[in-house]
Amino acid sequence: MSDRLLHTLTRRRGRLLLLAAVLCLPPFYLDAFWLRIGLFSMAAAIGAVGLALLSGTAGQLSLGHAFFLAVGAYGYSWFAGDPGPGLPPALAVLLAVLLAGAAGGLFSPVAARVKGIYLGIATLALVFLGHHVLLTADSVTGGFNGRSVPPLSLGGFTFAESDPELTVIGVPFGAEERLWYLGLALFAFTWFTARGLLRSRPGRALAALRDSETAAAVMGVDVARHRSAAFVVSSMYAGLAGVLLALAFRRVVPDYFSLVLSVDYLAMIVIGGLGSVAGATAGAVFVTALPLLMTRYADQLPLVAAPGSTEGAVGPTEAARYLYGAAIVLVLLYAPDGLHGLARRAGDRVRRLRSRPPADPTDRPSSPQPTAAARPKEHTP
Amino acid sequence: MTVLLDNILGGLALGAVYALVALGFVVIFKASGVLNFAHGSLLLFGGYLIAVLHDDLGFAGALALAVLTTAALAGALDRFLLQRGGQDAHSAHVQTIVTIGIDIVLLTDLARRIGGDLLTLGDPWGDAVTELGPLTVADSRLAAIVVSAVVIGAVFALFRFTSWGLSLRAAAEDLEAAALMGVRLGRVRAGAWCLAGALAALAAVFLAAFPAPGLERTTGQIALNAFPAAILGGLASPAGALAGSLIIGLTEALVVGYQSELHVLGEGFGDVAPYAVMLLVLLVRPTGLFGAKGAARV
Repeated sequence: MSDRLLHTLTRRRGRLLLLAAVLCLPPFYLDAFWLRIGLFSMAAAIGAVGLALLSGTAGQLSLGHAFFLAVGAYGYSWFAGDPGPGLPPALAVLLAVLLAGAAGGLFSPVAARVKGIYLGIATLALVFLGHHVLLTADSVTGGFNGRSVPPLSLGGFTFAESDPELTVIGVPFGAEERLWYLGLALFAFTWFTARGLLRSRPGRALAALRDSETAAAVMGVDVARHRSAAFVVSSMYAGLAGVLLALAFRRVVPDYFSLVLSVDYLAMIVIGGLGSVAGATAGAVFVTALPLLMTRYADQLPLVAAPGSTEGAVGPTEAARYLYGAAIVLVLLYAPDGLHGLARRAGDRVRRLRSRPPADPTDRPSSPQPTAAARPKEHTP
Repeated sequence: MTVLLDNILGGLALGAVYALVALGFVVIFKASGVLNFAHGSLLLFGGYLIAVLHDDLGFAGALALAVLTTAALAGALDRFLLQRGGQDAHSAHVQTIVTIGIDIVLLTDLARRIGGDLLTLGDPWGDAVTELGPLTVADSRLAAIVVSAVVIGAVFALFRFTSWGLSLRAAAEDLEAAALMGVRLGRVRAGAWCLAGALAALAAVFLAAFPAPGLERTTGQIALNAFPAAILGGLASPAGALAGSLIIGLTEALVVGYQSELHVLGEGFGDVAPYAVMLLVLLVRPTGLFGAKGAARV
């Protein structure tokens, strides 16, 4: 049995390595447009994983994710930039993530006590108040026009167009190519820490909290502490995503960090399947890439007008929003475990078909496995 | 003094409109446990219908048709989409997120149709004003207060005296027991959604009337300020929604009115003041002012 386990483990590790190698290739083959899609997707994935920990695993509805992204993005550009202390950028990244965590911690008196839908609306307040602060505190945030983001440099290597000039196997490495690898590294970090966290003691405690707060408390889980800790960790991931977004945009403006962004992140984890790291990643790629791709290929798509054409026509951004609004509704009503669950069930079916003798294809199992995990009934008077 | 009275009256009018919206949230929440994020776009839908129809049907006809259509749309959304998800507490959370998806689709479509336009609803008040002692009050504000008071009174009577109201209260108390007593949960729910939709369409009239410039694509977002109003009072309490709406309306009007004195808080703080108030209240009372404390049964 241990042999078999070892075998599975090595196979899984081999697959991961292969995936990592494949993900290292795009800068050599794709142009800046595709690299930017990838970059935004990776940043979104990092943020979505953070939200998946909070909303999917700990069961706390949060609409305040945009606020923590903003704290990360603005924190980085303030710490590393001018006006600001002008610290070394690497240190600024760390401080920005910690700042986002601290912001989450400051909110914890609310996060630890307020539950469910109430928490969702309370976090809504963060987005609106945060947006207001971003607009008014000109000296720090640059007001409506935002502020430019200093490029990241690590030990003399700058993640920007030049300095030093770099050409690898005949491919000139500009900002997108360099940031791609940075994003990949940060995403890998997020992937492994988040999965580790989910499988650890605190992760189990959070899942127990989601399923039944009373039962978890009886089992010795400190409810208030775990709830606020989940909030802090989630906002730190959001902060990291904010830093990466800021680096990719090279300029941060308040209007980007609005309620729409929070809803986008919620859409990501819902479409991907609540509470799984892989699902959050898939959802992030879907929600991020869809509008960009539709904008690019608008002239070749049926029913979609080119951007900036006559008023009232369905533009690519609108078409993308229709699609993913509908995706949220359909996923939640018909496949509550999202893309992740769909993929898993498809995999199960393929495996079942393969393990059966191919002689009688008519004799399929009539009922597939129960879809959503059965959940104990909650009593909320 | 006049300034203060003026602001208070403005706040009351705003609060009255918020109350229409917040009452919609509460009715839906009581009946289905769902917080309806699509409420803003339902409101915009109602307003848009009035704007399109009032030339042909006159204001009253357009209003009646819009209220009915919005009610039907809300009821249909619940009956044909949300009710597929089941009735227990967990699926209520899921359905709350489904309403976000519905909101995205509806709002995108309405925003596309409205574009950058300012639509007039053709309401009978226009920019007329009435002198009340030292005050000059816009007729639309007085109408907002009067109409809201009448409608809200009627809704409370509906809760109290009709069999539908009784079913609604029973369902909010205990779903299973209500179902066993013969309450048809699906119908009660859909009815609640219809009522909320009608209230939202009505609120659109006053949100777009003078002194506001007209109906625009962001009018639905203004209705988001009714979220703090509903939460402030406790989501399951209609009286709480009323109190919360008045508090939020007064706060907003006073902050805007005394903006020059409140310069420290930055320009445009009036827009976010409701949320600041709500956070403060939630810190002290996590389930709102009138919310039930809710003991957990194991």
